[in-house]
Order: sequence, then C-alpha cells, then structure tokens
Amino acid sequence: MTGVVGAIVEAWDELRIHRVRVLLALIGVACAVTAITGITAAVTMFGQAMQEQDERMTGRDTTLEAWASGMGTTTASPAETDAVVDAVAARHKISYHSVRAYTDLTVRGGTDAEYVEWSAVDVDAGVITRQPLDDGRWFTHADAERLAPVIVVNRPFLDAYADGARASAHPTVVIEGESQVAATVIGEIPVQWNDEGPRALLLFDQAVRWFPDRVSVDSYRFWVQPELGEQFAGVLSRDLRAAGAPFDVQPPMGEDFVIDKVLQYLVLGVGGFALLLGGLGLLNIALVTVRYRIREIGIRRSFGATSGRVFFGVLMESVVATTVAGVVGVVIAVAVIKNIPIDLIFGRPIDDLPGFPFDAALVGMACAVGIGALAGLIPAIYAVRVKVIDAIRY
Amino acid sequence: MTGAPLVDLQAVTRHVELPDGSTLEILRGVDLTVGPGEHVAIVGRSGTGKSTLLNILGLLDSPTSGEYLLEGEPVGRLRSRALARRRGDDFGFVFQQFNLLQGRTALENVAAPLLYARGKQFWNRTRLAAQSLERVGLGERLDTRPEKLSGGEQQRVAIARALVRGPRVILADEPTGALDVETGQAIMTLLDDAASETGSALVTITHDLAIAARADRQFRLADGVLVPIHLDAPAGVAETASLPPAAEVVA
Repeated sequence: MTGVVGAIVEAWDELRIHRVRVLLALIGVACAVTAITGITAAVTMFGQAMQEQDERMTGRDTTLEAWASGMGTTTASPAETDAVVDAVAARHKISYHSVRAYTDLTVRGGTDAEYVEWSAVDVDAGVITRQPLDDGRWFTHADAERLAPVIVVNRPFLDAYADGARASAHPTVVIEGESQVAATVIGEIPVQWNDEGPRALLLFDQAVRWFPDRVSVDSYRFWVQPELGEQFAGVLSRDLRAAGAPFDVQPPMGEDFVIDKVLQYLVLGVGGFALLLGGLGLLNIALVTVRYRIREIGIRRSFGATSGRVFFGVLMESVVATTVAGVVGVVIAVAVIKNIPIDLIFGRPIDDLPGFPFDAALVGMACAVGIGALAGLIPAIYAVRVKVIDAIRY
Repeated sequence: MTGAPLVDLQAVTRHVELPDGSTLEILRGVDLTVGPGEHVAIVGRSGTGKSTLLNILGLLDSPTSGEYLLEGEPVGRLRSRALARRRGDDFGFVFQQFNLLQGRTALENVAAPLLYARGKQFWNRTRLAAQSLERVGLGERLDTRPEKLSGGEQQRVAIARALVRGPRVILADEPTGALDVETGQAIMTLLDDAASETGSALVTITHDLAIAARADRQFRLADGVLVPIHLDAPAGVAETASLPPAAEVVA
C-alpha cells in the first residue's frame, strides 16, 4: 500500500518539479485525447440522430411489427380486432403499441379535389415513431373520448383545407365518409419529402366510431424491450392468432448504421495517430529527463528504493502525467460536445439527447493511460539499468 | 544474532575488470567490525578505495570475495529487494556533495527517504522530516530550496535526511570535503552529536586527520589494505595536515 502511494507521490513530485517540460509534451497528448474522446462522443450522438431519423419512419428500435394475415378468414370488425390486440398487449405488459390503419375519406372544400392520405393511429404511435411536430400537439388519451374527432395534419393539408391557418389556431374541417363530421386540427406534422400532398392522422378509436366501414387495419406496432425482441415475436404472433386476430409478427430488422462504424474507425485512426505523436514527444522528454536525473535515481536507491520501485516510479511519472492530460482532454471534449449546436448540424434537435457517452470518456482515458505506460516503459528500463554507484557519482 | 557486531567485514576484496582486460584490485582482504553506536573513521588518499569500501558497507556495492555480515547475517545471501530494504532501514548516507534533490525544499528532501519507509514512518513523513530538520537547527528553513542554502546548511539538510529514518549506521563520505574548515568542524560536531544521541554507529571517510581524530577508532586505507591507526586530536593539530605514510601511523 505505502509502496504504491509512495510511487504516486514521488511521480507527482517529479511532474511538479519538471512541470514546464512535461506540460509541453502533454499538450499533444491532451489534444489527441480531446480529439478521440470528442469524436467518439460525436459519432455516438450522430448515431443517435440517425437512429431517431430512422425511428420516425419505422418505429423505435425493437419495435415488432404485426401484419394482418388471412383477414378474410375472420369476420371481426376493426374495432373488435383492436380490442383483441389491446387485450394481448395488456397481458404481456407492453407499454406502447399502436395500430396503423388506412381510411378512405374526403375533406370538404379545399383548393382542389386533392387526394388526402389518411391514417388512423393510436396515441402511442407518437412515442413509438418519435413523431415530431412543427406546431400544436399530438393526440392524448382524452382526445379519444371527444365527441368530434381531432386530427393532426401536415402543412399541405392546412394550405389546401384551412386557408393556411396554423394548427395551434385549431381550424376545423369537415370530413366526409359514411357521415359528415367537423374535425378540429390540433397539430401539424412536418412534411416527409418535397411535393408531399395533404396528409392527415386521426385516432383509430374515433375513426372506427365515425367511419367504421372505411377503416382498414394494416398493421400493429409493439415497442418491446430490446432483450425480448426476436423471441417475443413468435409468442405474440401465437397469442394474437389464438385470440382471433391473425397477424404475422415480424422481429426487428436490427440493422446497424454501417456508415457510423466506418466513420468511427476512420476518426479513431486519425486520433490514434495524433496520440502516438503525442506519446513520442512525451517519450523524448521522459528519456531526456531520466538521463538528467541519473544522480537522483542513485540517491533514491541509497534511500532504499528497490529496482522495482524505481521502475514503477519512472513509469508512474509518465502514466500520472498522461492521466492528468487525459482528464484535461476529456473535460475539453465534454465542454466542446456539450456546446455543439445540434440543431444546426442535424437539422433538428435530438429528442433523447444522450448525455456525454461514458464509453467515449473511457476510451479517451484508456488511450491516455496506455500511451503514458508505453512512453514511460523505455525510460523506466533505462533507469533500472543504471548502476547505483555510477549514478551517485554522476 | 545476539553479540554479533553490527557490521563485520571479513577478508573483503573488490576487483573490477578494466576495458583492456586487466584487473584492478581496489580492496584487498579488508577486515572491519563496527559495533552499535561506535564512531569509526577511515582515512586515505584519493583513489585508494575509500568510497568503494563505504559503498560495500552501505549495501550499494558487493564484494568480489570475502564475507559481509550485518548483525551476523551474511548480506551476500540477500536478494536485491531485501538488500534495498535493509539499506533503507539500517543505513543513512551523508555525501561530500550533499546530493540534495534539486527543486525540492529542505523539508521535501528530508522527507524523501521516508517515501520508501512503511507504516507510521511513511504516513507521518512530513512531521518526522520537520523534527529532523529542527534537530540540526534548520527548523526555520523548512521551505527553503537547497540552492538558497549555504554549503553548511545544505550539509545539515543532508544530515537531517540521513537521520530521519533512525538508521543503525550513518555512512559519511567526506562530509566536510566541500566545506571550509570551521564549517566542517561544526558539521562534524553536529554529526557526532546526532549519531551519539540516536545511538547510531558512524563511519566517516575522510582525508582530514583532524576529522578522523574525533572518532573512537581510526583506520587507514592504502593500496586496498585497511590498517588500524591511532590519531589523537590535540588542540592545534592541522586539520588539513597531509597524511603520513602508512608505516608511520601504524606504529
């Protein structure tokens, strides 16, 4: 215990005494650690942004998708099928699931008889697909109880049927199906691509209430725990069939972002090279310092320092130095990454902005300690090989 | 081992191979015993092997042949790690050129050997170092760096450092060699008193007969051979008197 503490105290003293020389060598190490840590963190956050983008299209990671199969064999209405699915989801304690159904409806008025792409979903769809909103709000469970339906639409819909009003102004439109009903716009979703036509979402419960014959269930999405993913797909499929809702449940695609990996390796390679250069600078300084300190090493041997202790002490000087540089590098990386304007880079804010990735800090610190150990190894061997008597007379 | 001398050299020799293949005999059959608390001086001209003998005594070097018993235990059988431990635990060194660690304060210099100690000595190193400096009269200069101290003060720091771990033997290699006569005498008085106070044996290597005369026993090292001599320390003896031939002093 005292040996380890003593070596660290000794190493710290040495760094304190030779701080200017050491500082110069460590600037390179700190910069390299900043680069490696910062880029590792940035790539992680970039991955998060990419994933969120993907999840808006296909749902969250480990979302099971259940496609209707053999619907012709069942006489259940969409509302009855939905009740069955809800019961199965509740039995399996699935927190978030949503239907995706298509409805064939028209909207009165408008600038022309443009086709409106209608979808009926559950409230949970907003969570599962990270549905962003440009204005207004998403559906709530209370909306399902309203007498008149509420809808969430895109900008072309508002332009065509609400005189371009803002969703937060709650314009109303008349939906025509089996019956006619005035619906209130509560939110605006962003357009997905250029020249997108009018698109509207309404709650499935209201859709089957007002237009039961025009609702066609397409699929269900279940957001389950990642570890359950694939195994759970079979169980859910079987249970749904047994309950009278014939669906084929597809396991998650589980595709990785290849570009992330390539980018990460490329950047880590560049960072690693920079770190190597920093380490060589440190090695140079450490070697010069050890030669300069031969007499001191001899004196320490006269105090009872074993060769192991001298080796460890010189090695620790380098490791302690690069560890300090590593901490500085990581702190700088955190400061930089935390202040990056995410909106400008990714086009929109990240919903679940991850904290500074612990892995990135760990990688940075491991690199710093590793390069310190490597840079300290040669001077440590040199220090041990010095003859004590020669060292004292040096 | 009860009754064994603290330090016992028996027929110790030390040879080194020269680059031309010849052998240089530095020590030839040296016998020396030092008891606890005893003060011994070894005189001799430059290059006669005094420092080599001191290095062997201090476990910094090994004899080519012969036996070195430390409290009856043959040190030749000790592994390097055990040797280093005994060196740190049992010996304190005072060098001619002080050999203080540059860039560190007097307190840090004196505390340095305690970094290799264990237990309370390690954890209380700062307090022990301050006490040791106070003992040599430098209690007011704890935070002063060596380059700001006079030669005498630097040697006092070196003495405080040698004493701080409470060694059984203090080995002083020309402790007054870099000091003027008056300061040298003061330093030797301090060293003698400190050794006596702590009960440490003191082995002083010097070419100064007046310094050597202060010891309980004196030896002369010439041509690698150690022979006992007797020096009185009368007032008025020339401190830097030239060394008489071996034949004269042995008589």
